[in-house]
Amino acid sequence: MSKKVLVLGEVREGSLRNVSFEAIAAAKQIADGGEVVGVLIGDGIASVASELVAYGADRVVTVEHPHLKAYTSDGFGQAFMAIAEQENPEAIVFGHTALGKDLSPKIASKLQSGLISDVTEIEGAGDTALFIRPIYSGKAFEKVKVKDGIVFVTIRPNNIAPLVKDESRTGSVAAISVDITNLRTIIKEVVRKSTAGVDLSEAKVVVAGGRGVKSEEGFAPLKELANVLGGAVGASRGACDADYCDYSLQIGQTGKVVTPDLYIAAGISGAIQHLAGMSNSKVIVAINKDPEANIFKVADYGIVGDLFEVIPLLIEEFKALKVNA
Amino acid sequence: MNIFVLVKRTFDTEEKIVVAGGKIQEDGAEFIINPYDEYAIEEAIQKRDALGGKVTVVTIGGEDAEKQLRTALAMGADEAVLINTEDDLDELDQYSSAYILAEYLKDKEADLILAGNVAIDGGSGQVGPRLADLLGINYVTTITSLEIEGTNVKIVRDIEGDSEVLETSLPLLVTAQQGLNEPRYPSLPGIMKAKKKPLAELELDDLNIDEDDVAVKIETVEIYLPPQKAAGRVLAGELQAQVKELVNLLHSEAKVI
Repeated sequence: MSKKVLVLGEVREGSLRNVSFEAIAAAKQIADGGEVVGVLIGDGIASVASELVAYGADRVVTVEHPHLKAYTSDGFGQAFMAIAEQENPEAIVFGHTALGKDLSPKIASKLQSGLISDVTEIEGAGDTALFIRPIYSGKAFEKVKVKDGIVFVTIRPNNIAPLVKDESRTGSVAAISVDITNLRTIIKEVVRKSTAGVDLSEAKVVVAGGRGVKSEEGFAPLKELANVLGGAVGASRGACDADYCDYSLQIGQTGKVVTPDLYIAAGISGAIQHLAGMSNSKVIVAINKDPEANIFKVADYGIVGDLFEVIPLLIEEFKALKVNA
Repeated sequence: MNIFVLVKRTFDTEEKIVVAGGKIQEDGAEFIINPYDEYAIEEAIQKRDALGGKVTVVTIGGEDAEKQLRTALAMGADEAVLINTEDDLDELDQYSSAYILAEYLKDKEADLILAGNVAIDGGSGQVGPRLADLLGINYVTTITSLEIEGTNVKIVRDIEGDSEVLETSLPLLVTAQQGLNEPRYPSLPGIMKAKKKPLAELELDDLNIDEDDVAVKIETVEIYLPPQKAAGRVLAGELQAQVKELVNLLHSEAKVI
């Protein structure tokens, strides 16, 4: 049976995040011919509505309010629930992002529904859809289904391919007005730490350093390589514990889980906890002085050598490749 | 300060996962307190020491979870509660766990509830925010700093690598992110004292919960291991040539660049 699906479009610094387009593709599959309704919540965000339609949404509902300029679970919760009450969806899709992770349990609680978090793959469609998600930090996978109530999922960035953008698609955009009140959290400021605005969890390329990077300054060539490739910098727990970098960069069992197209591990030995955070990356490159390092067991390509020699050479080669392309 | 900490017994991070008969094999595996919950316990103890009050650690599980509760008591928590569902329920999901915890906590007048931001086994990160919603209190997830003055609370939270500074007030539920503190190891005197600290055991009946109230919404169909990766290629030759070859392979063979 076809389903009506709500998809939350996530806007950051004026632009829709890639994961929102992936969420529409997931929603299409769950909808099984049913309607896919894009949802935009914020302040001054309605202008991106047509982009949701171009990526496959049938129409878009927006809630704008000055109190929705910054995300709070209270504000966005009130806005989303107002839309849910109006639309009565049979399924909901969010991105498994900081915002999606924070908001989805609240909405699921209010709707008294289940919630399947961090989905990486969907099998089948409509009522018979099965959802695959990593457990034990990616050391295993589980396939789950909804037993009772609405289908509510959050999808992991970089795993479900978005539909091809089609600017000729049209769909209505309707604003509904919601009184946003009683916000219990006041956002004072956001301190940006991530490199060049590329989000680690959404990056197509991740350059990660471990203890072999030896110092905070040692991360400089990794950052340069990440910039050349339009990627983000990550780190192993060892590098974070040694204070070479901020914990926000940590990839692993405690830390972030990433699945980029290309993961370059530099000076990382490959402890099981680190592998849990990156082993599902599409292509893994290991650079390590120790030929016995565990990281070579999961790497597609390996170079045994000093990262401080290898990375500058890599930067030159990638730059040359870009020029020739 | 009436402080509660939600803890979960999980596989040790070093454990290899073995699947047999469609289930994760637990025989012989080492179990620990979920690492993110350790940050929550540590923060609770520090806040109690600074502001006074009591720290109660709560878990849902079977008899085996007593060991993790004793560890939390040895770290410095005052009391522990095991909500034992072993005899009543075959399966739990985030909906049912949050429901059970809410029934337990609804009349406890908690000022502060702490939990890990995610458990490293199921990895859903839902139970904390769901519980806060059921209790009608505010929540803040993935926090890296917590300051409390009276009922005013100042928090720094991690949002995908960036830091958000915010203000809110008690009562509040927070979930801990790595970097919040350095969890202590239980001391020997702590371990001795923990043996005498109160550890209460409750069942669904004691909370007036009917099994139907906590029927799961999500069902696991299958559990499996990721496909084994074929061994990769370690390049050889002069370093400059290796790097050239690698970039070529990434471009032409793997097609990721």
